[in-house]
Amino acid sequence: MSEEDEDQPPPPKRPRASPPADQVLDNVLETVLQFLDAPGDRSAASLVCRSWHRAESATREAVAVRNILAASAARTARRFPRARSLLLKGRPRFADFNLLPPGWAASAFRPWAAAIAAAAFPALTSLNLKRIPVTDADLELIARALPATFLELSLLLCDGFSSHGLASIASHCRGLRVLNVVECDMAVEDEQEVVDWVAAFPPDPTDLESLSFECYGYAVSFDALEALVVRSPRLKRLGVNQHVTLGQLRRLMTHAPRLTHLGTGAFRPADGGDEGIDFGEMVTAFANSGRGRTLVSLSGFRDLAQEYLPTIAVVCINLRTLDLSYAPVTPNQIVMFIRQCFNLETLWVLDSVRDEGLETVAMYCKKLRSLRVMPVVANEDADELVSEVGLAAISRGCRDLRSILYFCQSMTNAAVIDMSRNCPELKVFRLCIMGRHQPDHETGEPMDEGFGAIVQNCSKLTRLSTSGHLTDRAFEYIGKYGKSLRTLSVAFAGNSDRALQHILQGCSKLEKLEIRDCPFGDAGLLSGMHHFYNMRFVWMSGCNLTLQGCKEVARQLPRMVVELINGPPEDERTEDVDILYMYRSLDGPREDVPPFVKIL
Amino acid sequence: MAGVDVDVGTELRLGLPGGGAEAAKAGKRGFEETIDLKLTLPTAGMEEAAAVKTEPAAEKTKRPAEAAAADAEKPPAPKAQAVGWPPVRSYRRNVMTVQSVKNKKEEEPEKQQPTANAGSNSSAFVKVSMDGAPYLRKVDLNMYNSYKDLSIALKKMFSTFTTGNNLNEGKLVDPVSGADVVTTYEDKDGDWMLVGDVPWEMFVASCKRLRIMKSSEAIGLAPRTKDKCKNKS
Repeated sequence: MSEEDEDQPPPPKRPRASPPADQVLDNVLETVLQFLDAPGDRSAASLVCRSWHRAESATREAVAVRNILAASAARTARRFPRARSLLLKGRPRFADFNLLPPGWAASAFRPWAAAIAAAAFPALTSLNLKRIPVTDADLELIARALPATFLELSLLLCDGFSSHGLASIASHCRGLRVLNVVECDMAVEDEQEVVDWVAAFPPDPTDLESLSFECYGYAVSFDALEALVVRSPRLKRLGVNQHVTLGQLRRLMTHAPRLTHLGTGAFRPADGGDEGIDFGEMVTAFANSGRGRTLVSLSGFRDLAQEYLPTIAVVCINLRTLDLSYAPVTPNQIVMFIRQCFNLETLWVLDSVRDEGLETVAMYCKKLRSLRVMPVVANEDADELVSEVGLAAISRGCRDLRSILYFCQSMTNAAVIDMSRNCPELKVFRLCIMGRHQPDHETGEPMDEGFGAIVQNCSKLTRLSTSGHLTDRAFEYIGKYGKSLRTLSVAFAGNSDRALQHILQGCSKLEKLEIRDCPFGDAGLLSGMHHFYNMRFVWMSGCNLTLQGCKEVARQLPRMVVELINGPPEDERTEDVDILYMYRSLDGPREDVPPFVKIL
Repeated sequence: MAGVDVDVGTELRLGLPGGGAEAAKAGKRGFEETIDLKLTLPTAGMEEAAAVKTEPAAEKTKRPAEAAAADAEKPPAPKAQAVGWPPVRSYRRNVMTVQSVKNKKEEEPEKQQPTANAGSNSSAFVKVSMDGAPYLRKVDLNMYNSYKDLSIALKKMFSTFTTGNNLNEGKLVDPVSGADVVTTYEDKDGDWMLVGDVPWEMFVASCKRLRIMKSSEAIGLAPRTKDKCKNKS
């Protein structure tokens, strides 16, 4: 569940060779640079001068291409020959909400799979993909080609592959330590076509430390899964899908007593109740796993049988992360265990817990750093379950809060202002008032002052998502005070281009800008010309942009790839732009362009 | 040309200061009513539309353009769903929808209410007042499966107050036949109804508060009850 902080694996030691005299400086540099981990530091070091650039490039082990279209596989491999871990990010985030037609960059990963298979990254042990279309063929290619030292595959929000691809990985990557398939939209398969990839793991003891497939839509053979867990003594993280019943979960837990992270699957006994799992047995199972005090993270509860939820109480003391975002827990239910969760740092819940539930959380979870309140019914017309009352309670109780994502039907400026004062350490503030253009429901005023207070009082804020009725004033505040902002998401807000100007001219560290359905036009867009090369991408959809404006950007910034998506068909005369998605790229516009995309 | 609801030119003002203040005070319901008055669109239809699941993305992304074209001619439908709003991934949306449908099915396989709730998972506390009692009580309607269970519970709850009088021993439905008290409830529309006429699930979904009153005061409720039933179904 990493949000703003992307974990880098610690660089392992390299074998040393004795250097010729004229390479002393390079070697010294390389030795020193070895201690630099943070991507920002590495980038900065590489800009100092040519020899630093050389040394840094030769020693960089954790390579992140946060926009897969920004640099080609070949270029990346040439520059970072010692890459051990590769992080690739693909689609823009708004694609998650169906704003981007499917097939937008369907073959973006193919050249990378081919490069990996051709040993362009000889030291590669870890592959991390986010929002990337991956096919079974890609996975097969990688699985067959990678050395036995390939250790980690993480697929987050990826799509296009099926059980066959997973089976390739399971059967060929003998040294696999991590296989995480998280929130992926896997290809739909015929029931007969589905392969039992869990059974595809070789029969010897494995080195698996982390196995997560909570999003996998089909049932895996439980016998195979159980046998796999039994022969994986190093297993620390296990996340099973909703086809694993409570009784099966209990058995798995007995085989893996030192789990740190557990995705609990359905958390419901099998139908018919002949599993023979009762409340006490489940409590015992948790008590046993909790005895080692290792279990720090719980998730899953994908088909929660309410009456079993309190069984987790016995491990709550040690929990740092609790993900109940698929379980509609009520205030009465959460109170049964949240009292013990005083070490909790990350909590994801549904708004079914209501304001009362959040008040209870605020009372007991004093160390809370990250909170998400997701809607049970994601609809502007849904009943109001949480409100400013819950937000205010959280802000009063959880002063150490760093990150919040809060869905609600209505909000007040006062509560948001309170949060800005109570939680000055906030780095991520994402408020989603589900009703579009909703003002402060007590005063009827726009939400300008609330968001203004957030940017003003939370000086470390790097990510902001706005909602509700906002005028240009809100963006004036954001531009003036949001000096640390790196990511900004705006929807159905603002009055005019001035708002966009405030953003682009004020937020000097802005890297990612996502805007939808705002009255911003070419003038606003062009006011950011000086800054676009410093950004990872700009997304503007449903705004007032025209072809003229976008062409102007493309003309002035040749290294920007300016994509117009879903524009009107060629024969229409209109100049309107539906979606603008632009990003810098070292290798120019891509070649695989689907018909609904026009690259200027 | 714009995003759907933003143009100053449209007569619909969702939450901007003029209409916002009154809407804000009235709360969400008042908001919907305001729209109804202005545009005479049935909210029931909107709620149906709201329950529609995701469509192919290609079709959906055309809708902002269509709505924009419509701007010139007539104001856009106020509660029409915007594509991808609220920003929740379809996978999550679908999972929660499946769950809530499943919960409803587990309760009773009869006709369902149009608005999706968390079903039997949430509590349904309502105030219970009894004429002559010094204070009110609260019951969670989801704790009971039938009128009989509820009446037993209410009887227990208020037994201390009924000196000599007794609540109906068996059914709650018996307004005239000599019993001393009847139980009535206020439904979603604000009307006082006799408890026991509608199926249990419908009652739970629509009951906002309960009142136990003298049967002599309850005259005049029974006929309206039947009419309401017809309108609702």
